[in-house]
Amino acid sequence: MNYHINHLQELESESIFILREVASKFENPVLMFSGGKDSILMVHLAYKAFYPAKVPFTLLHIDTGHNFEETLKFRDELVKKTGAKLIVGSVQDAIDSGMVTEEKGFSASRNGLQTAVLLDELEKGKFDAALGGARRDEEKARAKERFFSHRDDFGQWDPKNQRPELWNLFNAKHNLGEHFRVFPISNWTELDVWQYLAMEKVELPSLYYAHERLVIERDGVLLADSEYIPKKEGEKAFKEMVRCRTIGDVTCTGVWRSDAKTTEDIIEEIATTRMTERGGRTDDKRSETSMEDRKKKGYF
Amino acid sequence: MADYKSSELLRFTTAGSVDDGKSTLIGRLLYDSKSIYQDQYDTIKATSERRGEETVNLALLTDGLKSEREQGITIDVAYRYFSTPKRKFIIADTPGHIQYTRNMVTGASTANVALVLVDARNGVVEQTKRHAIIASLLQIPHLVVCINKMDLVDYKEEAYDKIQRDFEQFAAKLDVKDVHFIPISALEGDNVVNRSTKMPWFEGQTLMYYLENVHIASDHNYIDVRFPVQYVIRPYSDEFHDYRGYAGRVAGGIIKVGDEVTLLPSGFSSKIANIVGAGGDQKEAFPPQSVTILLENDFDLSRGDMIVRKNNQPEVTQDVDIMLCWFDSNKPLKEKGKYTLLHTTQEVRCVIQKIRYKLDINTLHRDEEDSVIGMNDIGRIQIRTTKPLFADAYRKNRITGSVILVDEGTNNTIAAGMIV
Repeated sequence: MNYHINHLQELESESIFILREVASKFENPVLMFSGGKDSILMVHLAYKAFYPAKVPFTLLHIDTGHNFEETLKFRDELVKKTGAKLIVGSVQDAIDSGMVTEEKGFSASRNGLQTAVLLDELEKGKFDAALGGARRDEEKARAKERFFSHRDDFGQWDPKNQRPELWNLFNAKHNLGEHFRVFPISNWTELDVWQYLAMEKVELPSLYYAHERLVIERDGVLLADSEYIPKKEGEKAFKEMVRCRTIGDVTCTGVWRSDAKTTEDIIEEIATTRMTERGGRTDDKRSETSMEDRKKKGYF
Repeated sequence: MADYKSSELLRFTTAGSVDDGKSTLIGRLLYDSKSIYQDQYDTIKATSERRGEETVNLALLTDGLKSEREQGITIDVAYRYFSTPKRKFIIADTPGHIQYTRNMVTGASTANVALVLVDARNGVVEQTKRHAIIASLLQIPHLVVCINKMDLVDYKEEAYDKIQRDFEQFAAKLDVKDVHFIPISALEGDNVVNRSTKMPWFEGQTLMYYLENVHIASDHNYIDVRFPVQYVIRPYSDEFHDYRGYAGRVAGGIIKVGDEVTLLPSGFSSKIANIVGAGGDQKEAFPPQSVTILLENDFDLSRGDMIVRKNNQPEVTQDVDIMLCWFDSNKPLKEKGKYTLLHTTQEVRCVIQKIRYKLDINTLHRDEEDSVIGMNDIGRIQIRTTKPLFADAYRKNRITGSVILVDEGTNNTIAAGMIV
């Protein structure tokens, strides 16, 4: 017998360990669920971590109101299947009540508004830990993130003052009113996620697979044609075979020309692609430090 | 492509300052292993041109946060990822400034391999020794001395030989088992991923070959069964009415269904009835698997308890000697000071009974007169805990032999320790 596990099993084991630490060390943890593959992976891992007991986390979706239909449908089915409790924080409600102000213009996005709604929901629900599916390979600000990331009572991240993390000893101590962001899949790359989802045969929203869709092209990025994206003069929607590499809000999620119809096709595509995963995310392109700036304020 | 199902995970750490070419080496590994995306490459190319550099500066691939660029330093450990068909790699890229001990110790704590960079022009310097000592204290199983900037010494064998000799002489005092030397030029790409044509005298392998092939399967302890209970799974459902599963990550040994085990702290005996892993029931479990264990007769264990093999138990003790690295910049370690201590899944309080000596991490000299352990200092101390720990020597098991200390006022992690 060879006592050896592959890299996916090792990552799985590490993530399950973190999820169980959260259940042990916090009174009221919540799992931030976007409907994207990373949060679907998180739910899958959480199911395994606590089997045969129920997943001890509430799901929290921050809904910008500008969703792909497929995402919401998938979310509601998953909630039904797992029996999880779901809270939806609505950016539309926050705009209507005057808590936040909507951006104007062609590239207006509700992406930044999600932070205020998220922090508000965490406070309302008295959540002391928010589990997120962010990965360190996604972006340079995320490369410095901890598994257990301490947030002050304003929900802010201070990259210069993070607690060192050694071995598998995680310090989750916090004062009343402070919370932690916890990232169990920190060490996974995009390729790992897909390889694992393939190995486990996890079901995903159809958006991730190649399909024909009306798109517009803007600044070299293809965007899904949608009522939420006002067209500039000269922009015309056309049909393409595309798929999403990340799923966020319709207004900031680029789609990719692709023929990848199965998970194995996607693994092949990612292994050979020359563009980063978030390359189609217009929310990251606003400035070089756009993720860093948003993270400090309390973004996902 | 089906290869990914047999690919192993290897974690390595690189320590060093800006000038020894560490960032260039990491950039080179990423670039030559084709782990760089086109848009990333375009960005660093544009930046290199804007700065008036002649070639594309691969070190920019490891560029960090805005606040770091403003100050021109790296402030924190950054994690980077790449993979080849054989292995997936996690690099803990640790900067050599300000909090150097803290950063290096953090990166080293989970590493299989440490890369120590030496500038071929300067040879073994104080910083090289410091890195090697930390790698040895943290028991990183494999050490690679990368003799970098060989291009600047005309790829001469003598430069390499001298550094190897000097290092070996110094390392004789250390507790490192497996040391390799590789002459490289991160800038030119010699012996990093591709074999150098300029150093025909070197008969060893490239760094990438080493990283892909070094034997890491025995880096865990497979002998002494240690299972710290992390979480108790109780479904409270009709189907699983009396189910009581002990979830945790195997810290040592091979646990088999049917094994007779001892439960700590009670000392009662039981048998392993079933093991539930991530993929369903399994006959045995070993590190670093996360599993759930069901016992034949239940004794109502809780988090912090430990399942071990009969006749092979850790020390159950409230008095422990540890080698401590202090991280807090605001105040030094206090004799008689009280701290929260985390060890496996236990949380206890402890009092510092005695500071035995401070270790000079450049010379390994033990100074028994100096009992001020401040930021970046390492010292040996004796502590007493409020509850017994189930402890092994760190040399025997990195998981059951490690602790961290937490300041009870600020909640900050202020020290890491290895049980002696």
